[in-house]
Amino acid sequence: MDHEAITDEPVASSAPRPTSGTATTDRATGEPLVELEGVNKHFGALHVLKDINLTVRKGEVLVVIGPSGSGKSTLCRAINRLETIDTGTIAIDGQKLPEEGRALARLRADVGMVFQSFNLFAHKTVLDNVTLGPRKARGTPKKAAADQARALLDRVGVANQANKMPAQLSGGQQQRVAIARALAMQPKVMLFDEPTSALDPEMVNEVLDAMVALAREGMTMIVVTHEMGFARKAADRVVFMADGQIVEEAPPEEFFTAPKSDRARDFLSKILPH
Amino acid sequence: MDDYFAELGELFERFNVVGAFWTNIQLTFWAALIALALGTVLALMRISPIASLRFAGTAYVNVIRNTPLTVIIIFMVLVVWTLFAVTLAPGFNDNFFRLAVIGLAIYHAAFVCEAIRSGVNTVPVGQAEAARAIGLPFLAAARLVILPQAFRGSIAPLGNTLIALLKNSTVAAAGSVSWETASTMRLMIEFRPDHLYLIFFIFALGYVVLVIPIGVVTTWLSDRLAVKR
Repeated sequence: MDHEAITDEPVASSAPRPTSGTATTDRATGEPLVELEGVNKHFGALHVLKDINLTVRKGEVLVVIGPSGSGKSTLCRAINRLETIDTGTIAIDGQKLPEEGRALARLRADVGMVFQSFNLFAHKTVLDNVTLGPRKARGTPKKAAADQARALLDRVGVANQANKMPAQLSGGQQQRVAIARALAMQPKVMLFDEPTSALDPEMVNEVLDAMVALAREGMTMIVVTHEMGFARKAADRVVFMADGQIVEEAPPEEFFTAPKSDRARDFLSKILPH
Repeated sequence: MDDYFAELGELFERFNVVGAFWTNIQLTFWAALIALALGTVLALMRISPIASLRFAGTAYVNVIRNTPLTVIIIFMVLVVWTLFAVTLAPGFNDNFFRLAVIGLAIYHAAFVCEAIRSGVNTVPVGQAEAARAIGLPFLAAARLVILPQAFRGSIAPLGNTLIALLKNSTVAAAGSVSWETASTMRLMIEFRPDHLYLIFFIFALGYVVLVIPIGVVTTWLSDRLAVKR
């Protein structure tokens, strides 16, 4: 894998990422944060993940793209063990994913997850959604958790919705609250499982903007998405999956302008020209 | 007509009808509390990630739900009290009352468990995933995210269980709680067979008056507390 190429931002890129200069956000040399080795998973007879090897470095933004049923969502969900795997290992920050119990809960607290269907806690206010994790999983005092939550809600632009119930919010607002909820745990890495697929078109950008801002701040992100614009703007690397395999990986410009594999060319030809 | 009310008054004077209903209300109240606690624990077991707990919960529900309540109540008296000499209160009547409460609770806990489980099924799986994803262990996720929503979704079936419990509390008669409604009614019919219809009517009406509010309140609550998605 050639990570060196990633730092060479293509001239055409509309918004080059600022280089903060610290070691942790240097995408070329960052420490491996998420490591998958020989990961296999079956759903019954269906082989959904085939021998996946993937390393995501600290501060890297990885976009996973591919046709539906390619296993990209399963891959994303396996990283915090919402899906179990059959063989292989997944490690986060050098620590192998525990099977169950408190150790797994602790590790999940370090991995933020944003779902396609938002999954905000329907019986709790927006503010309580964001404070629940810090208070109950980290033991943060109520006041401190609320202050942090308000700051995060402000950051994703929904501070004025803090006391509403999730059902009173638009999809885009709900998803931004979900991002704030995940960030409240101060995760080492954020997983996005098709975060804009369930949104009305006019709400896609508000969520993507929040994600781009996050990427610019140096957050390590694994994003399953079809949003080419986001990939071009914020991703360091694109991984193309098909039929449970990683078929191709490349920097976004390279992948979108000159895909190497037939499978990727075929996929891109179907989604690009509109 | 005056005669009729005089007769009615005499019946109420001679037999403690109100006290009998009060006994069933008390049986129901305590049994409902214990059944709710036990049923919640059983429901937690049945949705837990630990296979042996799931098995134990399932086994309890299947055994108890398929055992007639009369058998359980008689078991409480003849086996738990007579054979194993488990006494729950010094007074004879208090002891039988408590044994009956426990028997009723054991039986209805199985139905409470299933009512809550049906409520759990109204909670989208994404809620549990989101709870796990922010690092909540199973019990915290269940307590803070799943059960609060599941209870709201199970108010109607829980109400049905409460109604069944109230009426089933008359089975306490089989456990020597001889001052509750069914026993009192039998006694009244025995001594005043001339008022057979009236006596039946009194008890039927009494239960209708008790049950209808439960239905009304639970329907109202389940609409009012429904989780908006």
